[in-house]
Amino acid sequence: MTTATISAENLVVTYDEFKALDDVSIDVAPGESFGLVGESGSGKSTLLRAVAGLAPVTAGKIRVHDRVLVGNRRDKAFYRDVQMVFQDPYGSLHPRQTIDRQLLEPLAIHGVADGERRILKALDEVGLGSGFRFRYPHQLSGGQRQRIAIARALILEPSILLLDEPTSALDASVQAEVLNLLEQVRRDRKLTFIMVSHDLGVVTHMCDRLAVMQNGRVVERLSSVDLVAGRIGEDYTRNLMVASKGFQRKGAAA
Amino acid sequence: MNPLLTVDDLKVSFPTRTGVVEAVRGVSFTLGRERLGIVGESGSGKSQTGRAIMGLTPAHARVTAKTLSFEGIDLLSAAPKVRRDLRGKRIAMILQDPKYSLNPVMSIGRQIVETLTRHENVSRAEARERALDMLEAVQIRDPGRVFDLYPHEVSGGMGQRAMIAMMLVAGPELLIADEPTSALDVTVQLEVLGILDKLVADRGMGLIFVSHDLRLVSSFCDRVIVMYAGKIVEELKASDLASAKHPYTQGLLNCMPAIGSDRHPLPVLDRKPEWAL
Repeated sequence: MTTATISAENLVVTYDEFKALDDVSIDVAPGESFGLVGESGSGKSTLLRAVAGLAPVTAGKIRVHDRVLVGNRRDKAFYRDVQMVFQDPYGSLHPRQTIDRQLLEPLAIHGVADGERRILKALDEVGLGSGFRFRYPHQLSGGQRQRIAIARALILEPSILLLDEPTSALDASVQAEVLNLLEQVRRDRKLTFIMVSHDLGVVTHMCDRLAVMQNGRVVERLSSVDLVAGRIGEDYTRNLMVASKGFQRKGAAA
Repeated sequence: MNPLLTVDDLKVSFPTRTGVVEAVRGVSFTLGRERLGIVGESGSGKSQTGRAIMGLTPAHARVTAKTLSFEGIDLLSAAPKVRRDLRGKRIAMILQDPKYSLNPVMSIGRQIVETLTRHENVSRAEARERALDMLEAVQIRDPGRVFDLYPHEVSGGMGQRAMIAMMLVAGPELLIADEPTSALDVTVQLEVLGILDKLVADRGMGLIFVSHDLRLVSSFCDRVIVMYAGKIVEELKASDLASAKHPYTQGLLNCMPAIGSDRHPLPVLDRKPEWAL
């Protein structure tokens, strides 16, 4: 399909003998929010990393904005357009660099001139004042750190954001704030999202369509509306659905 | 009926370079042979409450309470030897992540046997027999094989079951489960909870279930304590969760994106300073 912003065709990723992704294809339309769900080891994060050039692609094609990406090489123009937010804000920020320096780094790499203005704007956009600019990551809470990670991704004004479990390391109450922030920036900047999560509630909240993955394959593609209405084709998806409803005692469950 | 555990005005504080951090600030509750859930965000003091009961608070911290007694034993004044004998035998604790809480250089079977030989006068053959029975009770299909495996050789769900087996093999009367399923996949979570639920019910233990997931806790426990900033803000029956009065509890309930509820943006907690008073 040429209309898709991001498409993966018959993608295979192998680590030594292990096939982490086995013949996976997805299409993400412009401005869409696309979800990937599955349990650990299902390959959902690997797919995201393959798009970003962080996984060894052995076969298949990835296309972003009609440009075919070969292997793991990505040029600067690609990273200006596609940015990633990782799961654990404790791990993805440099512990000995101030927020200011971490936000400046992508700008320096890409030779963007008006750093001062952009940093202030990015901090403002993620709901942190300029008072956070010269702090270190350890002086921030988990939710604030994830906001910084989002600010760093947004500072180059990309059109595509890859989100790898952006809220699973956060408390439920903080998760709500970060999800709201992500929705707002998507609306304001007309971004395309690919979001990985193991939480069906989060994915149906954030995404229009989703793919359910298991053992490196896509087992089902469906829209959030269908999922909510229970129009589910695969048993595996139904299992996930039951699991997300929470614990029920054997006797009480129907 | 005498309660299993009485906690009255429990306080845990940590002296640091920048002043004293009060993690738990006067928590009181009693526990019979029932399931009690303790819910709160990170930093609310829920885990430190569990650890203080277990006697696992770091040495530099200060633990005080008007009463902290387990079956008539005053835990705060008890000699270290008495507490060691309680720990593992009569009070057991399941930790969050089997990857970090199991001994990596000891086979799973030996770790379970160790609990038994420490607390009971049993022969090696008998200990092995009971460990195998326990592994079977946590629905591990091939106990003989898993007995000889090391923690890195099993999955997270399997590791957590081994942990439950290890904690229950000595037949404790009180079990503290600190986020026992947070590190597991959603599908595996339910299996592990099912096993835990059945064993707790069969053996008539008291259970303290510490978690950040209010919904999970309320579906698993009889009674729920909600903690905020080291204090109990609300205590209610799990079945009455919908009628929670405190705005913090209501906020925690509302902020989860649920399948089928179309709320954009999600309601967020509006933290009032007076909650922490």
